[in-house]
Amino acid sequence: MTLYQRDRSWHPPALTPDYKTSVARSPRLPLLSLEGTVSELTGPRFGHGDIAPGDADLIANHAKDGDPIGERIIVHGRVLDENRRPVPQTLIEIWQANAGGRYRHRKDGYLAPIDPNFGGCGRVLTDDQGHYAFRTVKPGAYPWRNGVNSWRPAHIHLSVFGHAFAQRLITQMYFEGDTLIARCPIVNAIPDPRAIAALIAPLDLNQAVPLDCLVYRFDIVLRGRRSTVFENRPEGN
Amino acid sequence: MVQVLDDLKETPSQTAGPYVHLGLAPAAAGVARPGRDLGFGGVPGGVPGPRIRVTGRVFDGMGAPVTDVLIEVWQADAGGFYPGQPGAAPGFAGWARVVPDFDTGLFALDTILPGAVPGPGGRLLAPHLSLWLVARGINTGLQTRMYFPDRDNAADPVLSLIEPPRRRRTLIATGADGAYRFDIHLQGDRETVFLDV
Ligand SMILES: [Fe+3]
Repeated sequence: MTLYQRDRSWHPPALTPDYKTSVARSPRLPLLSLEGTVSELTGPRFGHGDIAPGDADLIANHAKDGDPIGERIIVHGRVLDENRRPVPQTLIEIWQANAGGRYRHRKDGYLAPIDPNFGGCGRVLTDDQGHYAFRTVKPGAYPWRNGVNSWRPAHIHLSVFGHAFAQRLITQMYFEGDTLIARCPIVNAIPDPRAIAALIAPLDLNQAVPLDCLVYRFDIVLRGRRSTVFENRPEGN
Repeated sequence: MVQVLDDLKETPSQTAGPYVHLGLAPAAAGVARPGRDLGFGGVPGGVPGPRIRVTGRVFDGMGAPVTDVLIEVWQADAGGFYPGQPGAAPGFAGWARVVPDFDTGLFALDTILPGAVPGPGGRLLAPHLSLWLVARGINTGLQTRMYFPDRDNAADPVLSLIEPPRRRRTLIATGADGAYRFDIHLQGDRETVFLDV
């Protein structure tokens, strides 16, 4: 077993000058292409003992004296691999700004206020079919130092493990209808518009919780597995 | 027209951004959460193998330390087994997270010396740590490896692929006897070899 080669033309290249920080932080020499070894095809596994029971509820997990301010949402979806197989029991970690666009991070100095009832971080494991869901408030857009007037579209950062260290992925989920998406240099670091579309979560109104919560759907795809399609191997593929 | 392959495409990567610690290491971001941060537990006392400490820094193309990086480490146990494989040392996670000092960029990893592991064609891979780096300005997480200066690396099938040979040094730590130094250069004369695995 090994993994599908990562399609580097589908991901953002390392050097994307419109996203200025990438200029000094991008390797300039070619990556060394390597058939995966046991070091990349294995990876850490996590279970329910590794996370706390309320980790998937960002509305409650840091609340002190009430709910956080903001639009209540649920994000749900599936983690699959490129072979369309569900990825069960894999860890997703989430972080985001609060409804005003401020992160609870000691290095975020944006003038929007900290929400004392919102931490902006959580975790969830996929179930046996690769499904996951977490509840949160919709993050606000925020300004950042790139151009003099650069704004990030509303987004949630997601980190996913899969079952092999070489499937490790960090990405960002955007929200359908956000007019800042098309103007964002980090989004536009991705060359293919179809790949950008894969990061924009549609509103899943049918799943909305009446009088409570809107719902967005976000599916995640990890690298697929390449098996030996011809060779007769006693241990199978 | 032809038949259509129904493979999906991998979700595109996006930078982890400056606040990655909030998601992966909230204590470093200054946030206490319910439950524990993963990857910072160290190696339990009963796990066999020589204890080692790796320190280092990640540098950008201008020679400035990348103070907001987050590194993940994946490694075999002292016997050369990865967690989950038959024969692996019980209690050893094989996986750790490393966050540097936000002012100096200096990081430290306390772990055990991994054993050699089987590689392609039955050749052994010299003992190594697999590393994955994410940070603001890095669009897709970077994979690399760290080898040990006091192990036999001569026959390693990955190191031997690197051309020109002088670049192999970028994957080999300095130091000895359990205290190693490993600096990573994202760009420039000493650019580290990054892997497409
Ligand atoms: Fe962000």
